[in-house]
Amino acid sequence: MFSLKSLTKTYIHRNENIHAINHISLEIQGGSFIAITGGSGSGKTTLLLTLGGLIRPTSGLVKYKGLDIYGLPPEKIADYRNNTVGFVLQTFNLIPYLSALENVIVPLLILKKSNIDKRKRASTLLKKLGLSSRQDFLPRELSLGQQQRVAIARALANDPEVILADEPTGNLDPVLKIEILDILHDLNKQENRTLILVTHDPDSARRADRVLNLSNGEII
Amino acid sequence: MTADFNFNSLIWKELYQRKGRLLSGLLTISLGIAVILGIHSITSVSKQLVAEKLDLLGANILVLPQGASASDYYSADVDAPTIPEDYVEHIATSMLPGVDNLSPKLSRSIQINDTRLILTGILPVNELSSKPIWQSSDLMGIDLQTACGSAKQNESTDSDQKQAIRAIIESLSADEVWMGSLAAQELGKGIGTTIDLEGHTFKVTHVLPETGTIEDSRIFAHLHTVQELLGTGAQISAIEIMGCCNAISDGLLGKLRNILPDTRVTSIAHIVNTQVETNRMMSRISIILLIIIIIVGSFSIGNYMWANVEERRKELGTYITVGFKRYHIYKLFLIKSTLLGIAGGIIGYTIGTLAAMFVGYMFTEMVITPVAQNLIWSILVAILITTLGTLYPVHRAVRIDPALIMQEI
Repeated sequence: MFSLKSLTKTYIHRNENIHAINHISLEIQGGSFIAITGGSGSGKTTLLLTLGGLIRPTSGLVKYKGLDIYGLPPEKIADYRNNTVGFVLQTFNLIPYLSALENVIVPLLILKKSNIDKRKRASTLLKKLGLSSRQDFLPRELSLGQQQRVAIARALANDPEVILADEPTGNLDPVLKIEILDILHDLNKQENRTLILVTHDPDSARRADRVLNLSNGEII
Repeated sequence: MTADFNFNSLIWKELYQRKGRLLSGLLTISLGIAVILGIHSITSVSKQLVAEKLDLLGANILVLPQGASASDYYSADVDAPTIPEDYVEHIATSMLPGVDNLSPKLSRSIQINDTRLILTGILPVNELSSKPIWQSSDLMGIDLQTACGSAKQNESTDSDQKQAIRAIIESLSADEVWMGSLAAQELGKGIGTTIDLEGHTFKVTHVLPETGTIEDSRIFAHLHTVQELLGTGAQISAIEIMGCCNAISDGLLGKLRNILPDTRVTSIAHIVNTQVETNRMMSRISIILLIIIIIVGSFSIGNYMWANVEERRKELGTYITVGFKRYHIYKLFLIKSTLLGIAGGIIGYTIGTLAAMFVGYMFTEMVITPVAQNLIWSILVAILITTLGTLYPVHRAVRIDPALIMQEI
């Protein structure tokens, strides 16, 4: 599904080249669960966002089903983000003045679907994640676990094949952490979505099919 | 409740949820527009008033026969050669812009009881318009007819008494004269007395206020009466013109010379220069004020829009993450800036117009009336400013590395 060839992302900081990721080559099979681990600054998040079409690499290739993502024009990369991948982030990133349902609808707003269909899709996802009674709540009226579930529902809005999760349990207590990991695990195992999880947590990583440990931008 | 949630709902929801910031932003835009409009209204009316005041200086162009001497503007018409009275019509039908009043006259020196005076034939209504000093004395009951400003027609406001006086003045009949103050004094004449001129008896209907010029030594009769009395036929010795100062700068004198090539066209330099310079100064002040206010207004409005874009970087990152294109982000902010521009333009127009009307009147007694066209300009300027204030920060925001925005979260 993903094929990475000599992928490098270099930042220039105070006239010094910093390799966030350094010549990574990798194959990721569709439907697999990959955990990316490593210390702070090891390049985990950069690798994840590069897979998600958010960071253009300095050199190398990121291919999704044979298609060079960064060879596409910006508009097509945006389509890729909208249709193919769903992001789940540590800080949830919900729009504070929109209800849970409206937050889930956000990725659908730019699609030519009827408002009723969009609402039905968002409502179904929230129901699936146990939030049918919280649809009209604003993010601040929800618990942290509920907020992350809304974020997962939003990531699933366009039925993506790939879920990219960056420390999704980082802000949660142990009980909620297990709850969210279970949801993500089910999305991988039961719905055959590819799950790529960035985590510091060894317990979370252990549930993955494959663990990539990064240090100084390289897989070790 | 959310069945109609669509792309535009994002804009309305953001505006509604941040009411405090919306109000402060709207206030900034409205006050910016209000100040621009208020200053513009006051300077426009000031220009008009200054132009009217300048017209009090009277006629400023004189058309004389070629051979006439123009060494003294005020007596150049006395005993001068003549030109046909038709020339007045030539000028009037030429529709030259800036010619607001034509006053033909025929003047000759006469001797009465060893006193040398000047008999001047005039068309009374035209003469009154070119002699604001007569009008301001309140003797005539006729308001100033301006050259650069809008002509005031005071039919509806005149008192009955003034209407009656004006009717007499305008219908200066064949056996009536007006006397300059010095002429009346030297001959011992007053209103209601009679005077013999060239073998005819005339009734003195008015004694004119003192002007300090040779006008005080004149006896005025109707132009056609004087032409008959002197046996000149339809000839005149001069045409006084009240020319608009802007038109004079634009070459009115040359245009008049082209129409009447066998005449001598001259102007009163000090009056014209004062009018032209003051007009130019008012225009410059108006433009300078507008530029300053538009720059200051644009910066304050732009600052608000900049702050709004900056505080929404997290949202922008989220939108980009879920697949929004640059076009969507621009649309999101430009629709908002247009809405703010429309609302700010309307509120600013209302505040600015009311302030100009009340404050302007309070301090200067200038009467400022609302101009509907300014509403459209206010909205357009407000939209322009909010759009300019939005474009650059959004332009920067959509080009920033989304990963950097995400890392700020």
